[in-house]
Amino acid sequence: MTLADILHFAFLQRALLAGTLIAALCSVLGVFLVLRRLSLIGDGLAHVTFGSVALALLFRFQSVYTSIAAIPVVLISAVGILKIAEKARIFGDAAIGIVSSLGIACGIMLASLAGGFNVDLFSYLFGNILSISREELIVTAILFVIVLLTVALLYNELFAITFEEELAATSGIRVERTNNILVLLTALTVVLAMKVVGIMLISALLILPAVSALQLARGFKTAIFLSVCIGVASVIGGIFVSFLLNIPTGATIIICNFFLFLASSLFKRFRR
Amino acid sequence: MQVDVISIKGLSFAYQGNYVLRDISFGITAGDYVGIVGPNGSGKSTLMRCILGLNAAEQGEISLFGATQASFAEWHRIGYLPQGLQLFNPNFPATVEEVVRLGRLSRKRFPRRFDHSDSAAVAQSLEMMGISSIRDKLIGELSGGLRQRALLARALVNEPDILILDEPTTALDPDTRESFYAILKDLNKNRGTTVILVTHDSATVGLYASRLLYLDKRILFYGTFKEFCASDDMTGLFGHQGQHLICHMH
Repeated sequence: MTLADILHFAFLQRALLAGTLIAALCSVLGVFLVLRRLSLIGDGLAHVTFGSVALALLFRFQSVYTSIAAIPVVLISAVGILKIAEKARIFGDAAIGIVSSLGIACGIMLASLAGGFNVDLFSYLFGNILSISREELIVTAILFVIVLLTVALLYNELFAITFEEELAATSGIRVERTNNILVLLTALTVVLAMKVVGIMLISALLILPAVSALQLARGFKTAIFLSVCIGVASVIGGIFVSFLLNIPTGATIIICNFFLFLASSLFKRFRR
Repeated sequence: MQVDVISIKGLSFAYQGNYVLRDISFGITAGDYVGIVGPNGSGKSTLMRCILGLNAAEQGEISLFGATQASFAEWHRIGYLPQGLQLFNPNFPATVEEVVRLGRLSRKRFPRRFDHSDSAAVAQSLEMMGISSIRDKLIGELSGGLRQRALLARALVNEPDILILDEPTTALDPDTRESFYAILKDLNKNRGTTVILVTHDSATVGLYASRLLYLDKRILFYGTFKEFCASDDMTGLFGHQGQHLICHMH
């Protein structure tokens, strides 16, 4: 089967398009999150989506509405993480742990009420980008534009708070508001990414391209550009490899990402 | 009549119920070079953070250029170099030029885009600090001295009226420290920049500063070095030898 033959499949075209958009978003946000030591927030929010997905499946929502229903739940949880950290005066990782475990617990309860784990729930847990529908692709494209436009408009503020919060504050930047926006954008992206690599592997899609890019980049914009290239390459490569070898797509994408991380680390070592 | 660029009245700040600053009142006039000294935990950094709005004061009033701290918006008039910044993530992927340019954000409104005037200001600031040749280097790759120069270039990129530096020479070797202080002296003398230098190095602060503020949760002394050297209270605090050392160096 040639490349042209493969690209004739409509489901694969949708998967490649959606995967590229989501990989680009994860890679951009990942640079800010990794440098701000908020890498695991993606993991925490993904676990929350597990609860909302289980609820949607309990009420037999259609696939596209399952994702849409997850949005408010994840946005509220994102704000919850920030508020718990602020009000209870605990570190962010502990706040992520609290919200994350609560999301998992709710998900297990609801899945149990729905008669146990079924195929639909597994497709969200481990990803199934090849099953992405036209409607889901449209939702992905709309959220892609919203998130990317917000990042573009706030780029310098996000860069400033990532470099040093106090210096940003003394430049007149509202640090707390900018932090909240970053976390909310991450929450939206997590909802999109759960269909690509699955709830269990979302954090890798946020972390690995960014960490790989940071091995190579010589400048902040370069870091974001490289992160996007690595993220998109691993998603496209992962989709093709998994299709050809008939292996799970989400896991293949993450393994491709890991190999790119290894390659960038080796390149950095030899460049010295 | 000279007007205070910073005025503080009755400032108190407590952390978890323990007072770190109590009833602080003083003013700083344009063109002053104030050395703020005191033992560890005396509230020096907290005082700077209160002035900059990074810590919310429990009581008291702070005004910057005649505006209350809460309403102050002209951040480009203040350059700030915080304590311990040289210890930040060494793998941060920002070039010296990118870091210095960030200082220009205080002049911008949403969506805070940079233009040619910013590039010119960045180039000028880099040149003034003598670091134009390393503009494309990553900030984390620099030695402590060069990194501190880069961060000072960032603080100076708006040609601020006030420069606040919190223990800026802690990680520097003696030679680099000397050249760093020489730059500050030049800015104060030739540009009229008001300098506020927080340091634990009370023995050498007299070489540079025109006024001294001795803090230990409250103000124990604030005045010129001449007044400091004549003060019996300070003899009690530093001992004859310590006071003589500071005054002699000034």
